[in-house]
Amino acid sequence: MNFDEKYYNIGFLDQLSYKDTFVHRLDPRIKLIVTLLFLFTVISFSKYEIVALLPFFLYPVLLMTIGEIPLMFILKKVALVSPFAIFIGIFNPLLDSGQVFIFKGLTISAGWLSFFSILIKFTLTVSTALLLVATTSFPGVCHALRQLGVPSLFVSQLLFLYRYIFVLMEETMRIVRARNMRSFEQHGKGIKVFVRIVGILFIRTVERAERVYFAMLSRGFQGDMPTLKRFHIKAGDLVFAVSVAVFLYIFRFYPATEILGRFVQGVFS
Amino acid sequence: MHMADALLSPAVGATMWAGSMATLGYSSKKLKENIDNKTIPLMGVMGAFIFAAMMINFTIPGTGSSGHIAGGILLTVMLGPYAAFLILASVLMVQALFFADGGLLALGCNIWNMGFYPCFLVYPLIYRPIAGDGTSAKRIYIAAIVSAIIALQLGAFSVVLETLSSGRSELPFGTFVLLMQPIHLAIGLVEGIITAGIISSVKKVRPEILESGNSLRPLDAGISLKNVLVAFLILAVITGGALSWLASTHPDGLEWSIKKVTGKTELAEQTNGVASLLKDIQEKTAFFPDYNFKPSDKEKRGKEKPPVWPGIEAGTSFAGILGGAIVLMFILFIGFGIRLFKKQ
Repeated sequence: MNFDEKYYNIGFLDQLSYKDTFVHRLDPRIKLIVTLLFLFTVISFSKYEIVALLPFFLYPVLLMTIGEIPLMFILKKVALVSPFAIFIGIFNPLLDSGQVFIFKGLTISAGWLSFFSILIKFTLTVSTALLLVATTSFPGVCHALRQLGVPSLFVSQLLFLYRYIFVLMEETMRIVRARNMRSFEQHGKGIKVFVRIVGILFIRTVERAERVYFAMLSRGFQGDMPTLKRFHIKAGDLVFAVSVAVFLYIFRFYPATEILGRFVQGVFS
Repeated sequence: MHMADALLSPAVGATMWAGSMATLGYSSKKLKENIDNKTIPLMGVMGAFIFAAMMINFTIPGTGSSGHIAGGILLTVMLGPYAAFLILASVLMVQALFFADGGLLALGCNIWNMGFYPCFLVYPLIYRPIAGDGTSAKRIYIAAIVSAIIALQLGAFSVVLETLSSGRSELPFGTFVLLMQPIHLAIGLVEGIITAGIISSVKKVRPEILESGNSLRPLDAGISLKNVLVAFLILAVITGGALSWLASTHPDGLEWSIKKVTGKTELAEQTNGVASLLKDIQEKTAFFPDYNFKPSDKEKRGKEKPPVWPGIEAGTSFAGILGGAIVLMFILFIGFGIRLFKKQ
């Protein structure tokens, strides 16, 4: 991924979070807790599990459609970060040679099952995490964290970081562009120039932080960043949380997919 | 080398979260004791700097491939371990949420692997003794390179340990270590050279930045660090015991772990009230959708052989596939249905 695209991506995810849908209006705390619950449920499945994981796609699909998040955007991001999980997982089919009987005439090695299980879990966890920001906004997640007891110093850190990512990225974009214009082929793209550029960027950053601090002082900064927006947990939030929890519980502990399959098999035979 | 959610088991994920959150709380407490408000914006902007610096690629000599920096040692040298740890944790969190590097549950692992080692182990034990008082450029170079290599090696080794104790990957320990460590040796070397270069160039232009960082540095890191380590060791022993119990072919072990892991959330409150009733139901319906294993000879010898389910007839897995297909169709149908409905 090149630089401009990465920059565009982070801005686009930010834009998505300003939509006003049912999912966006849910309390950030509830969304955060429900997301974590979902993730824990998904990764708690055994390593050969595939079929029982499939119903869990319902949750990201619902968030995506109700929250009006473009599917391709999420899929692209999931694909971009998949190499590590694939790299580790691809050894399973080679090393786990136990044979698994699927149905008459088709027997595959257990390693493929665990490999696909990793891929499904990967897709589920990554897309759900992305959807959390896309429907909550990063500041929303930060304030939820503060209300859930994360140290306020760390929350301020996150808010500052988020604010200045955009500023510094634009500055870096100008620097990179200037370097690219002056470097032909691979000249000027080595470590030496890189170190100098980053050194300059570092000093500029420190100087910027000083200016930011003075600007904040003159506006009454006293070491904390309060929010004007107050969050209240409404009945809708509770209904959402309870129904997701029930959904997770049912599909975690009962083989619903298989029962459905047996039922359909019974109808048609 | 971001750890991914899909390779984690709940027990490992929760342990690493506990370790990272403890360090995080401890760092913010320590930082609050001797912070001036000026440092708060500096830390925030420094986090953004790490992002910006990651986006400048450079060519690694001899290979033609490009790399970027992680910045653990650099931040610790500039701002001290407590501030550096908070900054790294916030950077990793933004990466997890926006770039989907790693994941939310693996975030605990990633903060530990990439934050704890450089800030609290490598910096006080390796960088400081080698760099001395920071006046000799040569010593700074050696210190930065050695520290970056060791920090990355520790991080990579942790990825191996976390993946293996989660039991989702089949990679044997030796192979995995051989895959991870040499790659990170090269990355660490490059990172070390860059870190040293940046430190010395900043030292030339604005030496007072390095000196002001000194005031944020702890003098008694050794004593209080011990508490964190001891707490983490206890957690590790507990979960280690739990893991070995899980691995003992007990099929319901994972249920136990999710109950333990979600103990603080709403789900647990529900289960607590009617726990005995639910247990009964669970025991009655205690068959899981699973696959019929024909364990090969190799696996019979292996330690962690997959559970064999003699009581399930061959039709089980077919029913599973059929049900799975129907469920997927159903979910797609819902998704497109809502989208169509919204467009009107």
